[in-house]
Amino acid sequence: MFNWFRGKTKTKDVAKDRLRVVLMQDRLSLSQGLMEEIKDEVIMAISKYVEIDRPGIEFTWKETDRKRALVANIPVISIKRGANSNDRVTQRSY
Amino acid sequence: MSQAIVVTSGKGGVGKTTTTANLGVALALGGSKVVVVDADIGLRNLDVVMGLENRIVYDLVDVVEGYCRLRQALIKDKRVDGLYLLPAAQTKDKNAVNPDQMRDLITALKEEHDYILVDCPAGIEQGFRNAISGADRAIIVTTPEVSAVRDADRITGLLEASGFEKPELIINRIKPRMVARGDMMDIPDIIDILAIDLLGVVPEDDYIVVSTNRGEPAVMSDTSRAGQAYRNIARRIKGEEVPFMDISEKETIWSRLRRLVRRN
Repeated sequence: MFNWFRGKTKTKDVAKDRLRVVLMQDRLSLSQGLMEEIKDEVIMAISKYVEIDRPGIEFTWKETDRKRALVANIPVISIKRGANSNDRVTQRSY
Repeated sequence: MSQAIVVTSGKGGVGKTTTTANLGVALALGGSKVVVVDADIGLRNLDVVMGLENRIVYDLVDVVEGYCRLRQALIKDKRVDGLYLLPAAQTKDKNAVNPDQMRDLITALKEEHDYILVDCPAGIEQGFRNAISGADRAIIVTTPEVSAVRDADRITGLLEASGFEKPELIINRIKPRMVARGDMMDIPDIIDILAIDLLGVVPEDDYIVVSTNRGEPAVMSDTSRAGQAYRNIARRIKGEEVPFMDISEKETIWSRLRRLVRRN
């Protein structure tokens, strides 16, 4: 009503965005809560060996066609002592 | 070679029965021998949409239970050569039939018909399992609404899990004017989300109500837009390359003005 000139968000885009989210959950039969659980456990497992930058973690589902992948981008700050020193990795995405 | 095609959707009320009836008539008008099967046991409707409700003697369950021969239950449509209806039972429930029986029935129908179109009930339970068993190909009907698209996606997953490699989509009841002003998902939006092949698009058409009132599927009318869309889809089912109907509507300065005024 107030955005004659700004242009309003098209409701079809709202529909598309909502569908994307709900279908992703439907297809995986996964709720947001379960996703958080997976995330926590993955972080816990990795933190045993490397020090990670927690705020920089990205955890998303990626969808291509009807296949999906769990993509985790976990910035590594340093390798913990005792971890295999042959790995010359300072930052790697898992 | 005969082909059995199941018309399904998940959600009710998106136009499965209308689609089955119209495609059946269109395929028969094109010279094929067709039987349309109402698999919605207990809630039959294909008979009234086809205008054949007064001629039912036996039904699908009677055939399965051996009360009559298959040929006795088939109703010949006198208006269209080579078109038959196998009605559903109205008084039984969907557990009266099992998937193996349906498969045998479809196999028997294939002996004398080119296309067997099965009108699937809404839902994903026993009725759905029955309707898809014996089918070689699956058509999913949806409308450009969030709930229908969501259910179409669920059905796609179930069909794929049951061995249907490439279910095909019909987008029904699309309203060009709403699409033009961005208030209805467009064809590419839906295809993008569902990621399945598009078989056809049917515009919203008041004539569908008229045709259902009369029991004459819209493809029998030369002027119905939906009828034209269904004729195109029937040709695509036969393997012809038919361009998709242009349903777009340009926004004029008047429609834009009207919209602005209405919004306030």
